[in-house]
Amino acid sequence: MLKVHEINLFYGAIHTLRDISFEVRPGEIVSLIGANGAGKSSILNAISGIVPIATGDILFEDKSIKKLPAFRLVGMGLAQVPEGRRVFARMSVLENLEMGAFTRQDRARVQEDLERVFTHFPRLKERRRQHAGTLSGGEQQMLAMGRALMSRPKLLMMDEPSMGLAPLLVQEIFDIIRQVNQDGTTVLLVEQNAQMALSLAHRAYVLETGRIIKTGGGQELLKDEDVRRAYLGG
Amino acid sequence: MNLFLNQLINGLHVGSIYALIALGYTMVYGIVKLINFAHGDILMIGAYTAVVTLVSLNWSAPAALLAAILACVLFGVLIERVAYKPLRKSPRISSLITAIGVSMLLQNTALLIFGAQSRPFPTVLHVAPLRFLGLQVSFITVLTVLVSAALMIILQVFVKASKAGKAMRAASEDYNTAQLMGINVNTTITLTFAIGCALAGIGAYLYVMAYPAVSPTMGSLPGLKAFIAAVLGGIGVIPGAMLGGFVMGIAESLTKAYISTTMSDAVVYGILILVLLVKPTGLIGSLSREKV
Repeated sequence: MLKVHEINLFYGAIHTLRDISFEVRPGEIVSLIGANGAGKSSILNAISGIVPIATGDILFEDKSIKKLPAFRLVGMGLAQVPEGRRVFARMSVLENLEMGAFTRQDRARVQEDLERVFTHFPRLKERRRQHAGTLSGGEQQMLAMGRALMSRPKLLMMDEPSMGLAPLLVQEIFDIIRQVNQDGTTVLLVEQNAQMALSLAHRAYVLETGRIIKTGGGQELLKDEDVRRAYLGG
Repeated sequence: MNLFLNQLINGLHVGSIYALIALGYTMVYGIVKLINFAHGDILMIGAYTAVVTLVSLNWSAPAALLAAILACVLFGVLIERVAYKPLRKSPRISSLITAIGVSMLLQNTALLIFGAQSRPFPTVLHVAPLRFLGLQVSFITVLTVLVSAALMIILQVFVKASKAGKAMRAASEDYNTAQLMGINVNTTITLTFAIGCALAGIGAYLYVMAYPAVSPTMGSLPGLKAFIAAVLGGIGVIPGAMLGGFVMGIAESLTKAYISTTMSDAVVYGILILVLLVKPTGLIGSLSREKV
């Protein structure tokens, strides 16, 4: 579904991503784990076209998307939940969700999807008239996810969904990611919380200073000595 | 009492023109965080277009109005593409200086083409003043206030309820995330400039109907006043621009009537300073806080 082929990315003089290659197959949950600054978010921003890559190619459903402007991708079925949630604070919860369906014309099914998002996140339904800026961090994360789901994506990319959330909420968010995946959405997950990310993932890649240093099944990497020492605290 | 009411109505008249122009400042600021100092000169372009089409080309009044609006939109969009868009990722001070440069360029080009002498704007409406409650109100005043009020309501509904309006609000909060939603931010910014400048075009026409002199620097003062109105109301907030415009217009005309004509600008600027001292975000502006 998604093939990233030897991409390189620079921020000014800093070589952020070095020859990164990986793929996400239909139906999978794939996790990218690594420390802060390893380049995880840069990968997502490169895929969604927010930062341009220097070399390499990115294929989505066998079509190169590296030259497409960011706003074209969501219509192709690629949605991103950005790092730090990035909800539209001065717009209502409902309007935020509507923005997620911005490119869609099929109104009736948008309405269905809205109901589905409200079933996943009943809190959002209660607060649909409130400004998104007044929500708690956890609710904003739910809104950011709901907003991305409103585009009915084939591939959902999530950037640090656990960041700054209480452990109970993290568990809730990850349960929903699993549900969304079981409903047929492919997921690419970027996480610092390696424990959660690996236990959820079918496959995972370990990133270190802009390079992929290890890959394998989620469960397999959970048991890997190096991974345990570096990311799971023993 | 009659003097007071008359001055209040005069204040509403000029205030609604300030408000129309202020909307252009505030909408553009809201989305690109740039004070478009050339916005007052867009007013001048509208006024020249109106006078040239009316007098030299002998067009009808509505055709001239339409031409003025189109010219303003065209120039506004062109300025954004040529002067501001390349600087979108530069420090804000660069685009600010560019805006001042564009303003000077427009004024001096107009000076070159039309000369320094101001041109009279012909009377386009021959309607007797309206009388009610012992007051005499010019038809232009009534028309200006009604047209402005209608435009502001339409704009407010557009921004709140239409898809393009919501895209504008989303882009004004966060370009990158707006793009992730599938919003074409460049188109949205162009649309914002176009709407702001269309309002300036209508404002220009209403302005020269009341003050019938068209000159290259005519946009500076109403431009400055409208900018202040936008800041006074809360820059980036659409109802703020309207409120600011009316407050400025009324304060100005009441000062002229009761204190002194020469003091009116001082009083208006004084109000601005006072408001900003007490509430730096303007009358109904607010700071948005980011939650982490």
